[in-house]
Amino acid sequence: MSDNSGPGIPAPEGPATPIETEYEVGQDNISMSVGPFGLDIHNPVFAISGLTIVAFVFITLAFQESAGAAFGDLRNWLTGTFDWFFLSAANIFVLLCLFLIFSPYGKVRIGGKDATPDYSYSGWFAMLFAAGMGIGLMFYGVSEPISHYSSSVAEDAGTPDSWAPLGGAAGNTAEATDLGMAATIFHWGLHPWAIYAIVALALALFAYNKGLPLTMRSVFYPIFGERVWGWTGHIIDTLAVFATLFGLATSLGFGAEQASAGLNHIFGIPVTDVSKVVLIAAITAVALVSVVAGLDAGVKRLSEINMVLAALLLLFVLLVGPTVAIVTGFFHNLYEYARYLPELSNPFGRTDDNFRQGWTSFYWAWWISWSPFVGMFIARVSRGRSVREFITCVLIIPSLVSVFWMTVFGGTAISQLVNDGYQMVVDAPLELKLFAMLEALPLQQITSFIAIVLVIVFFVTSSDSGSLVIDTITAGGKVDAPVSQRIFWATFEGLVAIALLLGGGLAALQAMAVSTGFPFTIVLLLACVAIVKGLRSEPR
Amino acid sequence: MYKKIMVPVDLAHVDKLARALDTAAEMAKLYNAPVTYVGVTSSAPGPLGHNPDEYAEKLSGFTASQASTHGIQTDGKTVVSHDPAVDLDDALIDAAKDTGCDLIVMATHIPNVADHFWPSNGGRLATHTNASVFLVRG
Repeated sequence: MSDNSGPGIPAPEGPATPIETEYEVGQDNISMSVGPFGLDIHNPVFAISGLTIVAFVFITLAFQESAGAAFGDLRNWLTGTFDWFFLSAANIFVLLCLFLIFSPYGKVRIGGKDATPDYSYSGWFAMLFAAGMGIGLMFYGVSEPISHYSSSVAEDAGTPDSWAPLGGAAGNTAEATDLGMAATIFHWGLHPWAIYAIVALALALFAYNKGLPLTMRSVFYPIFGERVWGWTGHIIDTLAVFATLFGLATSLGFGAEQASAGLNHIFGIPVTDVSKVVLIAAITAVALVSVVAGLDAGVKRLSEINMVLAALLLLFVLLVGPTVAIVTGFFHNLYEYARYLPELSNPFGRTDDNFRQGWTSFYWAWWISWSPFVGMFIARVSRGRSVREFITCVLIIPSLVSVFWMTVFGGTAISQLVNDGYQMVVDAPLELKLFAMLEALPLQQITSFIAIVLVIVFFVTSSDSGSLVIDTITAGGKVDAPVSQRIFWATFEGLVAIALLLGGGLAALQAMAVSTGFPFTIVLLLACVAIVKGLRSEPR
Repeated sequence: MYKKIMVPVDLAHVDKLARALDTAAEMAKLYNAPVTYVGVTSSAPGPLGHNPDEYAEKLSGFTASQASTHGIQTDGKTVVSHDPAVDLDDALIDAAKDTGCDLIVMATHIPNVADHFWPSNGGRLATHTNASVFLVRG
């Protein structure tokens, strides 16, 4: 890098150590026009990922029964056999993140020593949450604490058939509540955010400090060298596109089912294929408007609106629910989380197979399969933050927000069940548990409606940021490829979701997406090595 | 008549800008006005540089060559945008205000179907700045 910065640059970005490579961003790209639309796509990642996805959808639709069984078995086999691997890897990610906060590497700044942040804290934080977790918090905020509580307090807790965490606490309401909350927070706290943080930090470091294209393969430069520009890199990038698109499309399909169940519950709108397709089309249409409006005017603004709505809903439940119990519960749950954390994250010598393999290991695989997408999106918007600031904001603060959210929603639901004997929160089907909880509070028509809007908008914010990410990867790391490509990916994602919803096979492909978590765990472990290597050569 | 001329340039496609660049240079000579070439980039690594500094260096090389080719006074301005594919217009509007130009000369393409849906860059610049806008067919 030269000090001779040209006119127009406000200040030099300070010393950084770019990687010297002959590779130019976009050198393998094909630029052409299809009708009025310009294209600037990576050869061959764009074509291979597009065609493979179409082929997979056809195979799944054609051989629904056997494909569903095969992918489901694959997922169960992976999360069952390699549970120790998933648990150990996630622990490593958390430990590395904590180490980076306290080590001198924490001073390294993403984008060069003198880089200034692209986004304010509020905009940045809203985007992190909306892309990474918003939708899950809506669905599992009530249902997961209730599930763990119920299995822990049940008479059979601790037997091989039980799904209780750590053997549960049969018959002991207080202990089961603590365990239920701790186990839920465990799945939504440090570990998932550490997974996102590792991927995001690796990508941001290699793009903004090392000058490599903003795409998954760049992270592997320290390991594979120039080979990442060849087939090794094509495979890594294609896998990332694959995991992102199927992760999003299957979530979109399930989300439409859940949102239409909610609409049916509140307004009595019948749940039909037509209503679900209309929902997917509507979500896709809003996502399209958002990606076409761009990162600042679309994605960021929508994320901020959603954060405000979510905060209002949270505040409402906090105020009309058991307020004092929730506020004290926050600190209590934090303490319980810390107390159970060593046991819950221990990969070896445990007897709670159902919980460890069916919940924890599944969750870790699921977060990891989402990590290329969320990580890349976080990386894109994090330039200018120091590593310490970055990890504090991607790991610690979101974890605290998750604890608070779970305390408010789950804590209220458990209190309704235990103190008021309100059975609906247990009996309602999974997708309606949130609404069941809200129903026992005042103004339920309004809050349920806000909840539905939140669910839908969180899908939009996942869908638009996902389309941006897929577009960047399939454009070889170029962030200024023609907008028509974003439109293509957002539409494609909606169509895949509709095809799977109507033809069946959502569960099969979700299992497939989760299965990509296994190879990506290896990818992430290598990324840890790459991060440390990369940070060592940066000026601090 | 004109005191300062701004010319938005896409450094990746300089070959398509020849007529616009010549036009701008002729106007600059006629009115003895300096020309500011404006390039929009993102902070992520791209084909034109690993970071905005490298991009700015390329742009200053370009402005220097325009100055020596046409014998006019030039400078360059790099605008960093979060999402250049979408925010190009806004970046150029800001640049026009910053430079205080009163004439913008820019290359345009032959209109197609997409132009019915997306407003043209030139049209937006004319709407949102005080400068005159001269669109040059390539």
